[in-house]
Amino acid sequence: MKRFAPANQPFPAERTGSDGRGNKGLHFKSPASRRLSTDAWAVGRLGRLRGECGAGPASAALGTRARPLSLARLARAVSARVAELARLGAWPATPSEPGCQTALLASSLIEAQAGLLRPFLEPGQGRARAVSQAAARMPRSCACAMLLSAMAALRLLPRLLRVSRTRLVRSRSAGAPGSVPERIAEKRRAALLGGGQARIDAQHKRGKLTARERILLLLDPGSFVEYDMFVEHRCADFGMESDQNKDFTVFGGSLSGAHAQKICKIMDQAVMVGAPVIGLNDSGGARIQEGVESLAGYADIFLRNVLCSGVVPQISLIMGPCAGGAVYSPALTDFTFMVKDTSYLFITGPDVVKSVTNEDVTQEQLGGAKTHTAVSGVAHRAFENDVDALLNLREFFNYLPLSNRDPTPVRKCHDPSNRLVPELDTVVPMESTKAYDMVDIVHSIVDEREFFEIMPSYAGNIIVGFARMNGRTVGIVGNQPKVASGCLDINSSVKGARFVRFCDAFNIPLITFVDVPGFLPGTAQEYGGIIRHGAKLLFAFAEATVPKITIITRKAYGGAYDVMSSKHLRGDVNYAWPTAEVAVMGAKGAVRIIFRGKETDAEAEYVNKFANPFPAAVRGFVDDIIEPSTTRIRICRDLEVLASKTQSNPWKKHANIPL
Amino acid sequence: MAASLRQVVAGSWRQPERHLLALQCAARHSRWCLITSRTFYTAEYDPNEKTFEKLLIANRGEIACRVIKTCKKMGIKTVAIHSDVDSSAVHVKMADEAVCVGPAPTSKSYLNMDAIMEAIKKTRAQAVHPGYGFLSENKEFARRLASEGVTFIGPDTHAIQAMGDKIESKLLAKNAKVNTIPGFDGVVKDADEAVRIAREIGYPVMIKASAGGGGKGMRIAWDDEETREGFRFSSQEAASSFGDDRLLIEKFIDNPRHIEIQVLADKHDNALWLNERECSIQRRNQKVVEEAPSTFLDAETRRAMGEQAVALAKAVKYSSAGTVEFLVDTKKNFYFLEMNTRLQVEHPITECITGLDLVQEMIRVAKGYPLRHKQADIPINGWAVECRVYAEDPYKSFGLPSIGRLSQYQEPLHVSNVRVDSGIQEGSDISIYYDPMISKLITYGSDRAEALQRMEEALDNYVIRGVTHNIALLREVIIHPRFVRGDVSTKFLPDVYPDGFQGHKLTDLEKRELLAIAASLYMAEQLRSQQFLGSPRISLAKLDLNNRELSVQLGDGTYSVTVSNNGSTFSVEVDGMKLNVTSEWNLASPLSSVTIDGTQRTIQCLSRDAAGNISIQFLGTVYKLRILTKLAAELSKYMPEKAVEDTTSILRSPMPGAVVAVSVKPGDLVSEGQEICVIEAMKMQNSMIAAKTGKVKAVHCKAGETVGEGDLLIELE
Repeated sequence: MKRFAPANQPFPAERTGSDGRGNKGLHFKSPASRRLSTDAWAVGRLGRLRGECGAGPASAALGTRARPLSLARLARAVSARVAELARLGAWPATPSEPGCQTALLASSLIEAQAGLLRPFLEPGQGRARAVSQAAARMPRSCACAMLLSAMAALRLLPRLLRVSRTRLVRSRSAGAPGSVPERIAEKRRAALLGGGQARIDAQHKRGKLTARERILLLLDPGSFVEYDMFVEHRCADFGMESDQNKDFTVFGGSLSGAHAQKICKIMDQAVMVGAPVIGLNDSGGARIQEGVESLAGYADIFLRNVLCSGVVPQISLIMGPCAGGAVYSPALTDFTFMVKDTSYLFITGPDVVKSVTNEDVTQEQLGGAKTHTAVSGVAHRAFENDVDALLNLREFFNYLPLSNRDPTPVRKCHDPSNRLVPELDTVVPMESTKAYDMVDIVHSIVDEREFFEIMPSYAGNIIVGFARMNGRTVGIVGNQPKVASGCLDINSSVKGARFVRFCDAFNIPLITFVDVPGFLPGTAQEYGGIIRHGAKLLFAFAEATVPKITIITRKAYGGAYDVMSSKHLRGDVNYAWPTAEVAVMGAKGAVRIIFRGKETDAEAEYVNKFANPFPAAVRGFVDDIIEPSTTRIRICRDLEVLASKTQSNPWKKHANIPL
Repeated sequence: MAASLRQVVAGSWRQPERHLLALQCAARHSRWCLITSRTFYTAEYDPNEKTFEKLLIANRGEIACRVIKTCKKMGIKTVAIHSDVDSSAVHVKMADEAVCVGPAPTSKSYLNMDAIMEAIKKTRAQAVHPGYGFLSENKEFARRLASEGVTFIGPDTHAIQAMGDKIESKLLAKNAKVNTIPGFDGVVKDADEAVRIAREIGYPVMIKASAGGGGKGMRIAWDDEETREGFRFSSQEAASSFGDDRLLIEKFIDNPRHIEIQVLADKHDNALWLNERECSIQRRNQKVVEEAPSTFLDAETRRAMGEQAVALAKAVKYSSAGTVEFLVDTKKNFYFLEMNTRLQVEHPITECITGLDLVQEMIRVAKGYPLRHKQADIPINGWAVECRVYAEDPYKSFGLPSIGRLSQYQEPLHVSNVRVDSGIQEGSDISIYYDPMISKLITYGSDRAEALQRMEEALDNYVIRGVTHNIALLREVIIHPRFVRGDVSTKFLPDVYPDGFQGHKLTDLEKRELLAIAASLYMAEQLRSQQFLGSPRISLAKLDLNNRELSVQLGDGTYSVTVSNNGSTFSVEVDGMKLNVTSEWNLASPLSSVTIDGTQRTIQCLSRDAAGNISIQFLGTVYKLRILTKLAAELSKYMPEKAVEDTTSILRSPMPGAVVAVSVKPGDLVSEGQEICVIEAMKMQNSMIAAKTGKVKAVHCKAGETVGEGDLLIELE
């Protein structure tokens, strides 16, 4: 039986405050789908994930219209949409009640002001909270935030914002009927509808949510405060602009100069306050009608992406088509997630591919979630649907620090740091040729068996992902003996290197589990440039100054031993399990080379000498040989000591990683 | 200061023993925890009574561990034997010495007499305890031991042989005036003779071809007419299928119980009966739940059965512990079935109610000491129940074996009066080579109700992760009204679950409790995910989590639930009813004790993910729920239903390499997780396993072949 709240229930956030997950600044951006001809880039000033605050640009899809709405249509659409939202409990049931509107508007002002003043009022202290404080004081503030965001579709120029605010205040005091405030309120409600009920239904039919629904799901209830909702494509709605475009009938969710402007603004702010940037992408690419202005818009965003890189975490969630220039923004961000079956990423679509290379390929094959998570390695993970993706994104967000100046988040931990893990004493098989699952080891060591794996379907011979040790976020890197024997090849090196660099950029300690038989030999690898790509992982580990803890579970052979966060690359604590074999190569191969094919029983001698942890231990290349069951205890203890680690590399403009 | 220190110490002790106070003792820990399991013996060990210096246990798993425990108590050094794959097994770690006797298959290791004899010589063990199964009833093994002058802990060769032969044992039993199933085995001339025989035996009778094994071709006749018909069928079948005219006409025992008498005899002509064990709950002739004593027997029947069992033991000059199995019909008539000349799996329940240590007595008797007890000294103290915890899926014909690694394992030893006999520990592999029994869980109480109550608690507190287990079935059996009444028979499971076992059926109240627990757990997690320590950016807004509306999916139903939080208590409104759920809400602990409106429940949260999916083991059964906020639930309805892509029926090579071995052929049945083939790449052998249980449709590779990445290897149906 489904039972939901009665229609007149207020927005849940009002009663519940926040559901408390999120907290950093969020930026949203999600251009509307091309087919929707949408122009709603709801750029959210801030929303809260995990109860903290943050700023974020949201480029919201939908909120599109194909042609100017007549007032009558608008009114119909608005009331339908409001009813829908009210049913969801996300909208006050009596929006037309004058008192309610006043409250909304008033609170919007408070919020906006608080938002603007925040950085100055409370330096270094829950800036977004200032807003939520303001929100808490105003009963309808949450709904107000939504209204504001809805206004994005109404296309006002930024400077109008100030004007309208002033007017708003004035006219409210005057209380004139049919006045500007009323019109604004009406337009705002219209904006919520985006492209109208028909288009919303169409979006739903495609198995996708509208931008606003996505934002509602992603953020703590009531924490989204929209920026620039009055920003408008250069157009003529209010006759304010002389350079009118004729193109507003078909926008296709494509990027206009105005979109870009909104996104850049919020990204600049995000960098300033140290708030992560999250993009919800659902866009058709550059708006052809705008020509070079649109291209400039992209470049502006790319520049911000690059400048933000390593300053605040940037996450892209691809929730629809994302083609052409638009793909490079996700590509520049730290993590790209996709929604299965409804999202695509490609430079050019199947039609163009056909005309250029004569290849027959579907959208899904060319740039679907499966392609990018398993073949190209462009995306880091795919989720089943919009709801699944957004809920997982909340989970993922909790692992990340807010910026490179913030410490690693430490969540309250219920898992004892002195927990012994007897399972580990038997996990490595006795036969050195037999595989085991490194993920089992990770699960049993980390807090509550929670491991957020990055790129699980790509280059499976290395595993990377986030977990917590005694509450503290750590980055996990491990060779996976189950896949291709855990060797390092081109793909796994690049996958590992990028992850290591992210952790290093954001102060996340690295824990490396080593069972590596070496680099993968063969022409395919050599021609593909394994030397160059393998060097990336080496570079990343060597360069990293975050706490680095390494556990050699079994093989650590050859150059791959050096690469995998060895003592020689400034590993802080390097442990070996009793099953560890640190050697230049396996016994068979070594004996063959040393004795040049002569029959000899030197293999046993080699095994005895090198296939154990002692050669490395006596030289101090591993700090201790530990019982596997004590691994968790030791890592937790070491992380505590290393929390105050400071290490720096020589001054440089930037390093020159072998790209 | 002192007070707070005490508190800290007390707090630490309350934690499971694996959380150590200090790291230093960590190294030796794993060895010690193995011998802490509880036993309930009152019989004492007399240190002046010399037995053996060193004893070899020709077995593995829990029974090897069980024997080693008693040996340790008696000051006997122990030798374990093991196969390759068992080299780090618990029994190997517990024993003073260990010898590898061969590779994994039992025929090459635990049944490999040559290797075991070699091990005995090498370690100079003076005696061998065979446990159960393997070589325990092998007269050849007993003979070889005797010729080497090594004591076999068990009866002598003659008794093993006599009782090992079905026909001979029946004859012996008849001569010893033990009730046997009346019957006739031989050539029956015609239908009239069949009727005459049937009337002599008394209806109902069972007719079948003597040569047919088990229940094959068995017919039940309740009157003369059916006897004639049965004769016609069976004699035809006997002639055509087996070329052997002989027929077996036997008393058919309707709704029989399987009750067995434990006997203990020495080499001085003393023999005792140690009361009975009720072992009627079986599936595919394997016992699942046993108890002692039986609810069915009165003192008189018990004595009659006991005396007959002892008479049989004396008739074969039995020494050591043994078991005489009887079938008991609804009128308390009992008939001899067979005698097991070894220690039984379910011996612990007899130990619980009599206070004897059977292994200790076996060792004493083998050394030649007379029994210390008189029949009058053998009590029935309280009640004991044993559940066999298996690594198997009870939803498939009451248990198909499953294999895997025990990624988490915690025995419910913190529950009082619980004994767990196991030979595995966290990290152990349940492999295809050996019996999939995880442990024997035994609870003891002053009466049956208490023992069953403890069993419920113990099953709820048993943490087993990594393999499928049968706890759901065990818990359902022990709370089933028929079982609680004592109304059981060997057909209990098929009678009670004619359509197969389907898990616990929740009552309305239980369903509400489950929904409330799940919703509270979800909220506890939401609350915790806001608790970040030491962040320089502190939220000033107070979090208000009252009246959160959630939508919980359970099975086909979706329920609207409202949750409010007050400290460690969540007020949950389900279907207009308010429930208060209190717990510590430790999200890391595999076990959670939850109090719902005063009712204490132990639940296990097996998994939860960001998308709101949560699996909870509640009342033994695992329930999958999905918890979403009201908004997410509403928006979820727009999400498309996706056809699940079936990748489980095909197996592709994950990497280029050489096929080393293919262990299946088309038409073979494989179970989930079973090794299908092995691919060698980078000098590593990668075991490819079946992703589901099914029949092999086609095999596209053969050993020695080189395969590329993504090549199709095996197809399942």
